[in-house]
Amino acid sequence: MDCKIFGLRKEEYETIKKQLGREPNEAELRILGVMWSEHCSYKSTRRLLRQFSSEGKQVLQGPGENAGIVDIGEGLAVAFKVESHNHPSAVSPYQGAATGVGGIIRDILAMGAWPVACMDGLFFGDPSKEKTAGLMQGVISGIGGYGNAVGVPTVGGKTVFDGCYDGNPLVNAFCAGLVRHDGIVRSNTAKPGQITVLLGSRTGRDGIAGAAFASARLEEDTKGSRPQVQIGDPFVEKLLIECCHELLSKGLIVSMQDMGAAGITSSASEIAAKSGRGVLIHAEKVPLREKGMNAWEIALSESQERMLLVIEPRYFDTVAECAGKWQLECAAIGEVTDDGRFRIMEKGKTLVDLPAEIVGGGCPEIHWPSIPLSESLTKDLTDTVEPEYPDEWGNHVLDLLSSPNLKERAWIYEQYDHMVQINTVVPPGGPVSVLRVKGSERLLAFTMESDPWSCGLDPFAGGAETFMKAARPLYVCGAQVLGMTDCLNYPSPEDPGNFWALEESVKGLATAASEMDCPVVSGNVSLYNESPAAKILPSPLVGLVGLLSRREEYLSCGSWNEGDKLFLVGPIKGSLASSLSKRLLCGLSSGRPFVFDAAKERSFRQKALETAHRSLASSGRVLAGGGLTVALAKECVLSKIGAKVDPECFMEAFEVFFSEGGPRALYAVPSGKEKEFRELWDSFGCAFIGSVSGERLRIDGFLDLDIDDLSVAWKG
Amino acid sequence: MRAAVVVFPGSNCDRDVIHALRTTVSADTETLWYESSDLPKNIDLIVLPGGFSYGDYLRCGAMAARTPVMKAVRRFAEKGGLVLGICNGFQVLTESRLLPGAILANQSLTFICRSCTVRVERTDTPFTLGCRENQVLEMPIAHHEGLYFLPDEEISRLKKEKRVVFRYCGPDGELDDSHNPNGSLDNIAGIVNERGNVMGLMPHPERASEKILGSDDGALIWNSLHIWLEKGGR
Repeated sequence: MDCKIFGLRKEEYETIKKQLGREPNEAELRILGVMWSEHCSYKSTRRLLRQFSSEGKQVLQGPGENAGIVDIGEGLAVAFKVESHNHPSAVSPYQGAATGVGGIIRDILAMGAWPVACMDGLFFGDPSKEKTAGLMQGVISGIGGYGNAVGVPTVGGKTVFDGCYDGNPLVNAFCAGLVRHDGIVRSNTAKPGQITVLLGSRTGRDGIAGAAFASARLEEDTKGSRPQVQIGDPFVEKLLIECCHELLSKGLIVSMQDMGAAGITSSASEIAAKSGRGVLIHAEKVPLREKGMNAWEIALSESQERMLLVIEPRYFDTVAECAGKWQLECAAIGEVTDDGRFRIMEKGKTLVDLPAEIVGGGCPEIHWPSIPLSESLTKDLTDTVEPEYPDEWGNHVLDLLSSPNLKERAWIYEQYDHMVQINTVVPPGGPVSVLRVKGSERLLAFTMESDPWSCGLDPFAGGAETFMKAARPLYVCGAQVLGMTDCLNYPSPEDPGNFWALEESVKGLATAASEMDCPVVSGNVSLYNESPAAKILPSPLVGLVGLLSRREEYLSCGSWNEGDKLFLVGPIKGSLASSLSKRLLCGLSSGRPFVFDAAKERSFRQKALETAHRSLASSGRVLAGGGLTVALAKECVLSKIGAKVDPECFMEAFEVFFSEGGPRALYAVPSGKEKEFRELWDSFGCAFIGSVSGERLRIDGFLDLDIDDLSVAWKG
Repeated sequence: MRAAVVVFPGSNCDRDVIHALRTTVSADTETLWYESSDLPKNIDLIVLPGGFSYGDYLRCGAMAARTPVMKAVRRFAEKGGLVLGICNGFQVLTESRLLPGAILANQSLTFICRSCTVRVERTDTPFTLGCRENQVLEMPIAHHEGLYFLPDEEISRLKKEKRVVFRYCGPDGELDDSHNPNGSLDNIAGIVNERGNVMGLMPHPERASEKILGSDDGALIWNSLHIWLEKGGR
């Protein structure tokens, strides 16, 4: 049999034969072809993912479930995860993005959590191209169309523009949910005698061809499989959330799984394998949308808005009644067995009979060769060609503020309902989004970051900086970082240079996260993000969840007051290498990005948290895109007040004011707190740079702009 | 106050309204399932909450308007019971003809979620008696279909009868196009029926009922209802 048709490599096929002790039949091959795909098996990256530490006393659930869970105290916990929906969104922007949101919400639901917040990492190509504009509009309305109707607020995200995403847009969907410790649902609790119930939409032929023939496409187009896109129905998803929670509250659910990639197969085999049991599915009992579907089509359908429940058989009628109330299909389609097998029968005939553990976990790892991109990298890193820095900074600052990567995002997040469920305390648009937890003093803080340009130059430093970019704003606002989820977006791992960049940046991410005591509790990998035109930069995306004990611990940004003193804390300079300023002036990144220094970052964390908790500042902002100048400009616009900055103390003023990276932040300190603030930060690096006053941003000798002009440039 | 919040399939602000009613005026609040054709006894107020009833796959609110509960709501309203429709609930009220007009897609043709300011046009309704004349309230909107529309002759009647309760306005109460987020006729954000006991509005008071959410102006509506009922409904 030609195993390649089913997306399997020759050695994988041999492994299957060895593990089965026989030739697999066609249905089995189709199933294993999907389950052993990169998407489901992580075969290229499993080894790398082991570098991530999921240790931490707050961790209630690490990787391996539908989502990770961290404790937030008072018997409550947050389940969260980010997942890619890149290829579907490239093919069909609206539905691809919409079903990405739907899928991640069901992952959170599967843990027993109530979804409370979504965020999205969006990477688009050159925005001046017509194609990008259309794609963007489709993706954004897809996210809104689904998220708004389903009633989960979209509270933040990250939007990146670069030519490398022309033809390869990335859509990473994040969801977080609240769950009581005693309400957490896991997939290792199924016991023989219990039954499996399919709840939600009917099963159709959606996506089967795309998944099953992935390998054939690979032959024609080595850039990766392009699974067929599903159609989302947020209304049914809303009913599904309500129904599952009604069932959970009545204690009727033993275990549940979202049906995403590989549908019934992956959800059922996962429950079987994790519980150390088997599962038997009766294909003819699955409610279908269309006639004539055969068993493997039913097993692999990726129809949306379905959940697989494991329940005690005596509760079936009660479950079915609840499903009826919420207008959902509900059918008992199989049972948990004690034979450790994943079996599909149709009208009494066994069609699939595989050991449950090899379906989801049997695929051998692939160790792709890795070669440092030494030549090009060294050239880029040691490049000393510097742009001609403008003497007069005014226009450059306005250009930065109005550039696609910095421009204010209200036009995106105002298309999303970011307030439903009435928990949103700090809305999207700023560095951190904050949600209250009803019935508690505690607040959740979320960030999402990516820095593909740093990763492209020096993947290790870039990976570490990506984590820090997400973590520092949490520290500055006063939040403890509880946990991380990540989406690893890369081009083909089969190119040794690409694989090296993947290895190094994951190492950088893992190192920074572990040095900063942040467990990695969930995540997702998306490879083969390339088109004939281009391949993407290494684009790992990080989502962090932080915790504030009470409202008073929160330090806002954009809240300057007349007379406040301005301080730059941290190293005087970051790096211009991958800075927005340099990319704007030279059209490229080159040089060495900021080098990760764990001790400095930890010291920054301690002082930033103390600053917020002791209320030593009226406003704090981490330096990010555009560096100190852009931070000053944004603070002016948001606070509706000007500043007078004296840069005389600095040599290499351009680097000081426009470089990025490293633990650097801008604080506005009321005069009464100045002494305490200085005492706290002096040992770290703390430069007085000016004062808050007037209606203009003045940096003596370099820049003098009206706040209105800054506002127009930024907000447009 | 005893309030019932209707839950249609796809409602998603029902819990938010209940939270606001309980925390602001300690209302005794329960949910009312869309299939019920009977109302609980001694109900003072029925709220039709925001959301996407039936997915809004047909005209917004059109399916919900034809559910059993709406027959009961109509009877309740005809007897003078207080009915408040917020966002999708407002759409259900116009689709049920309990309020005049139609609510069309926003002028921008996009979903808009942002904080807005509205001016109180009447303070003699049960919903606004705790407000000052021309008071400016900050409340968010979140909708794709929020453009209030009526034919010319009917809109003049509506205005003549002073049935416009809220208008989108600037921070100082100015009524102009730049402060009209969705293109509603005459900046209309909320109206009442002739009798004044049924109100529909697009902004979400329940999202602006606590300081921690950025505004507690919406609480004025719950407080007004509370005062009205305390005073025996006049």
